[in-house]
Amino acid sequence: MALISDLAAQAAQMILVLSLAPLLLGFTRKTKARLLRRRGPSIFQPYRDLLRLMRKEVVLADNASWLFRSAPYLIFAATWVAAALVPTFATGLMFNWSADLIVITALLGSARFFLALAGMDVGTSFGGIGSSREMMFASLAEPAMIMIVFVVALIAGSTQLSEIAFHMLSHIELRVSYGLALIGLVIVAIAENGRIPVDNPATHLELTMVHEAMVLEYSGRHLAVIELASALKLLLYVSLIACIFAPWGLAPHGADFRGMAFGAVAFVAKLAVGGFLLALFEVSTAKMRVFRVPDFLGAALMLGLLGTLLLFVSRSL
Amino acid sequence: MSLTVALLSIAALLGAAGLAIALARSVEATRIIYGLCFGFSLILFVAAVVPRGAAALTAALPLGLPWIGAHFRMDVLSAFFLAIVNLGGAAASLYAIGYGAHEKHPSRILPFFPAFLAGMNLVLLADDAFSFLVAWEFMSLSSWALVMAHHHDAENRRAGFIYLLMASFGTLALLMAFGLLAGSVGGYSFADIRDAAHGPSWKSGLVLALVLLGAGSKAGLVPLHIWLPLAHPAAPSHVSALMSGVMTKVAIYGFIRIVFDLLGPPEFWWSMPTLTLGAITAMLGILSATIQSDLKKLLAYSTIENIGIIFVALGLALAFKANGMALPAALAFTAALFHVFNHSLFKSLLFFGAGAVQGATGERDIERLGGLIHSMPRTAFVFLGACLAISALPPLNGFVSEWLVFQAVLLSPSLPQWSLKLLVPAVGVALALSAALCAGCFVRAYGVAFLGRARSIAAKDARETDPWSLSAMSGLLALCLLAGLFPSYMIDTITPAAKLFVGGHVPTQGDIPWMSIVPIAESRSSYNGLLVFVFIIFSASVAALIVRRFGSKAIRRGPAWDCGYPDPSPATQYTGSSFAQPIRRTLGNVAFVARDHLDMPPPGDTRPARFGIEVHDRVWDGIYTPILRGVEFCADQLNRMNYLTIQEYLGLVFIALVGLLLVIAIWP
Repeated sequence: MALISDLAAQAAQMILVLSLAPLLLGFTRKTKARLLRRRGPSIFQPYRDLLRLMRKEVVLADNASWLFRSAPYLIFAATWVAAALVPTFATGLMFNWSADLIVITALLGSARFFLALAGMDVGTSFGGIGSSREMMFASLAEPAMIMIVFVVALIAGSTQLSEIAFHMLSHIELRVSYGLALIGLVIVAIAENGRIPVDNPATHLELTMVHEAMVLEYSGRHLAVIELASALKLLLYVSLIACIFAPWGLAPHGADFRGMAFGAVAFVAKLAVGGFLLALFEVSTAKMRVFRVPDFLGAALMLGLLGTLLLFVSRSL
Repeated sequence: MSLTVALLSIAALLGAAGLAIALARSVEATRIIYGLCFGFSLILFVAAVVPRGAAALTAALPLGLPWIGAHFRMDVLSAFFLAIVNLGGAAASLYAIGYGAHEKHPSRILPFFPAFLAGMNLVLLADDAFSFLVAWEFMSLSSWALVMAHHHDAENRRAGFIYLLMASFGTLALLMAFGLLAGSVGGYSFADIRDAAHGPSWKSGLVLALVLLGAGSKAGLVPLHIWLPLAHPAAPSHVSALMSGVMTKVAIYGFIRIVFDLLGPPEFWWSMPTLTLGAITAMLGILSATIQSDLKKLLAYSTIENIGIIFVALGLALAFKANGMALPAALAFTAALFHVFNHSLFKSLLFFGAGAVQGATGERDIERLGGLIHSMPRTAFVFLGACLAISALPPLNGFVSEWLVFQAVLLSPSLPQWSLKLLVPAVGVALALSAALCAGCFVRAYGVAFLGRARSIAAKDARETDPWSLSAMSGLLALCLLAGLFPSYMIDTITPAAKLFVGGHVPTQGDIPWMSIVPIAESRSSYNGLLVFVFIIFSASVAALIVRRFGSKAIRRGPAWDCGYPDPSPATQYTGSSFAQPIRRTLGNVAFVARDHLDMPPPGDTRPARFGIEVHDRVWDGIYTPILRGVEFCADQLNRMNYLTIQEYLGLVFIALVGLLLVIAIWP
């Protein structure tokens, strides 16, 4: 019986992240539009876009290989699995222990690996430029993420997200290293999701584009799957920040239905706050030059390193 | 029993080398010799993995120096490395049955290949300094002969010369290390060295430095790595695979054998040079790999990176062991040996793939490849698997060992020494950076060589490689996947060695339900590669099914869109050097001085504009050029001695004699 309810909770988590991901995107876009005094599309527009893409035929380049056709599903699967392993409404889900925070980072790395390869498969200059820049950003964003994981893991004594959330709930305290890790994680999240100031998700045909350049040759259902994966990634980072730095409302392991429902409501509220802050940040800053991005990400890496050093020197910082 | 079988097989390998000379003119020699090597390697592999008692097996043979003989011993560490070496050896032999057919002068390779295998095996079994050094030198020289197989190429001759210099230098360092270890009594068997009283701190420090020089130069530790990216690519690909995937591991074995076993209980500061050099090696290796356009050179630099990771893990193990922290020491040691195993698998596979590409197209330069996924689909598939594994992506094996290293780093705040507390986070950053850069490096290598459109006619007309090579590559890929999905089995295999050398062990992983791995405690960290794999397959299938069920199934082929401006010329694709440009520009100047220069003719001038990249190796310019200059200067000065009169020569002899007598008189 316990097994079935655990399995149900895990399945609920997978469906929850999948169904909320486009909503978060739509909400962020809507907020951004309102902040710019535009009306903006409905917050359900991403769902409609996905359905539309799904129904369209795929136009494949003549020399696209099997890798190009299977990459969307692999990217989506790796991102979905990673998103399903971050506690959103409850901790201690059935498969939480199968992967810790380092594994989640690496799963996103796998998704990026395939995306960058897919960008190079057709052999166009735009795809190559996108892949090249994505890998440059990743070569700084991923170590920064690992250093932030170190900070959090050294405080909580665990790399398991459930344990970390539990620790954060039971030891509410103010530390310097928390602040460093939070700022670093936000920078990494912005870069990894290709948001302003690193990349502009709303443009095509701009020399600075990164993510959009890699997926330029995709169309139809393949594009839909990739778009859904990138929406999932945004949701993953927001829920990761929420899980580590604002774990309130998370249902503990073995909670009853009411606890879980409360957790889900709290999660939606956190997503709304996260989406709003992201929109606010995006409208108040400008896109930076590509070669300024390494400085931006280098700051995150240094913050992570500083936090780790502080914790190596003293446990209480 | 296992040891006897192992020694007999090594003798048989040496016999095969002799047979190769006898068969030099036969057409079938290639198949016969590689077939024999495959068989003997498999026998050696089985001898290494069959269950034995806890006690080490020993044998003494009346070979070598009279009255001393040669001692051989097989303990858990030797057996572990023996399994790795012979797995790699068997795979390389199987691959070479097919690949060797491309060889124009097989008689330059065939006698040395079995001898090289035998040499590596003998190093692992040697139980006295004399046999160890002889086997080590035998391994170096036979691999040198293989590097020189294509000696018509001036580049290869230079590579062979530098390799020979560095190898003799390394052996000299090891010789002196053993001299110090044996002490004044002169017991050169490992048992005597183990029992001897451990000398003062400066003496063990000196031995450590010499071992880092000796084993480090063979493994490719910066700054002794310079021969490796020259020599590994110069050899035929199956030999490159052995040198990069396997021989570097023999060097690691030498380091572990001396530092963890013979040198006695470690002191904490031993870990500091090991950690620092390891971190620098990892960073420099992967940064250099990222800018290479020669596929085999790229792989050789990536080997340097992995050696760095292994040395970092060994350094952590030393630090923990010196502080009596048995469990973390065992974790770091396990991570190191696991990575040794993993790297031997995927690096051999990558070199085989590079060899297959070279055989099919005659090209090693990725800038002249492209689109091979269409013409060599199977090779492309296995190469992709190896790229995923080496980039430490779950659920393959490379990720597991890197994950274990990270877990070991996370345990290091409890180290009491301040110097280590400050050093380990920096090493952690270097590890994380090199892991991320590695993914970029292999996206570039795979994307430029295998994806896109063919950049040359040779790449366009490439044919799939032969079934022997494919079977060797597929076997290695299967092992990579298995080691990633069932890491608990590997960790339990390493446990006895960890118990013996660092005095602790991680919890037995075989008992943990669902085959996950829990290196310390479940509340701390756990990983289940199998479940992650099943999860990914499940999610991908669900997504594909739903899309197939509810979405459109229509597909139309058309020209690439490319924002409306597609250009049919393959030269408009992104090249390898343009792919590496952002990394060259942001991080490149850490490792090397890279300058882009543009030669733009003034208006009216009809010559073409040129864009060039100038790369200077800081290690070469900073260390080796001054040494070379010094050697040249001394040679010039000593050259005068060639033109003395007979009186002056006699005077020199007289002065030397007086000097020696004085030394004897003053010496206590």
